[in-house]
Amino acid sequence: MPWELKSDRPIYTQLIEHIELMIFSGVYPLGSKLPSGRDMAQEAAVNPNTMQRALVKLEEDGLIITHRTSGRSITEDARMVELAKTKLAQAQISEFLEKMQLMGFEQSEILTIIDNMVKEMKK
Amino acid sequence: MSTILECTDLTKKFGSKVAVSAVNLKIERGQIVGLLGPNGSGKSTMIKLANELLTPTSGTILIGGKKPGIETKKIVSYLPEKTYLNDWMRVHQIIGLFSDFYADFKPERAYEMLKSLSINANDRLKTMSKGTKEKVQLILVMSREAELYLLDEPIGGVDPAARDYILQTILRNYNENATVIISTHLISDIENILDYVVFINQGQVVMTSSVDDIRNEKGKSVDGLFREVFKC
Repeated sequence: MPWELKSDRPIYTQLIEHIELMIFSGVYPLGSKLPSGRDMAQEAAVNPNTMQRALVKLEEDGLIITHRTSGRSITEDARMVELAKTKLAQAQISEFLEKMQLMGFEQSEILTIIDNMVKEMKK
Repeated sequence: MSTILECTDLTKKFGSKVAVSAVNLKIERGQIVGLLGPNGSGKSTMIKLANELLTPTSGTILIGGKKPGIETKKIVSYLPEKTYLNDWMRVHQIIGLFSDFYADFKPERAYEMLKSLSINANDRLKTMSKGTKEKVQLILVMSREAELYLLDEPIGGVDPAARDYILQTILRNYNENATVIISTHLISDIENILDYVVFINQGQVVMTSSVDDIRNEKGKSVDGLFREVFKC
């Protein structure tokens, strides 16, 4: 998954989102080992300190576990990942809802559009 | 974290022209710092003061607690804006020269980087393009295990693909206790690797901030903010 960083938002929040996505999509499966912070920084072409900050935040959120001697790994707790996934989904949806409201759509109208689109995709 | 570079009321005048004006600045170890400012703002003068190529008119500048001199040159690796290397020399001869000069120079590191940029160590500098010469110089500077790297406009004449490689090189070769100060106006290319930026204008520090603080508070990139602050 390529690291695409936008220039108008803090780098470290974007790194967090990117690593979360890699966990959710299974690039880093539960319990797997993470590359070193330095290697990840190099891959993303960002400052190692910034990557470090992102990893610390993910550790606080319980998605990553730091072992004293053998680096970092992804949590084995599927519930933790589910929780973070739901949080990300909610954030995405509320951003979408705000935009729709700006365009003047009522809640029921939004739901109808989504419903129709889902049916359309199933066909 | 200890301080690697400290300026106190640092002033440099050339005749009646003030190039650096009463600058107070502290830079901690373990960071990559962007020294950003428009043309003629005093970026190169600051870096030359840190190297003892210039001496302050008043005020002080300290590198790791010492005044610039023989001791500080052991720990500072400097990339000047203009080349000082003899262009009849071959790259491997210059590598030999650097090995003699600097105890912390790692020739194997230099050869490895030359290889990845497909530069022949038997070539003479004078047969090289401007961009290739710049790459050779940066390779030499980054092959030292210094505590402070002072890079004056390191990516100006280099194509975008090589620019990426050079930034990677900087990231790979600096260790956690080392500090890199990069002066440039090509901000968008380097802002992802910076911890900290120092904006200078007309010899004065107008702002210091972390990159993510700027993005967080202003909702724009360092490049965007620079364009706004220094709008002509």
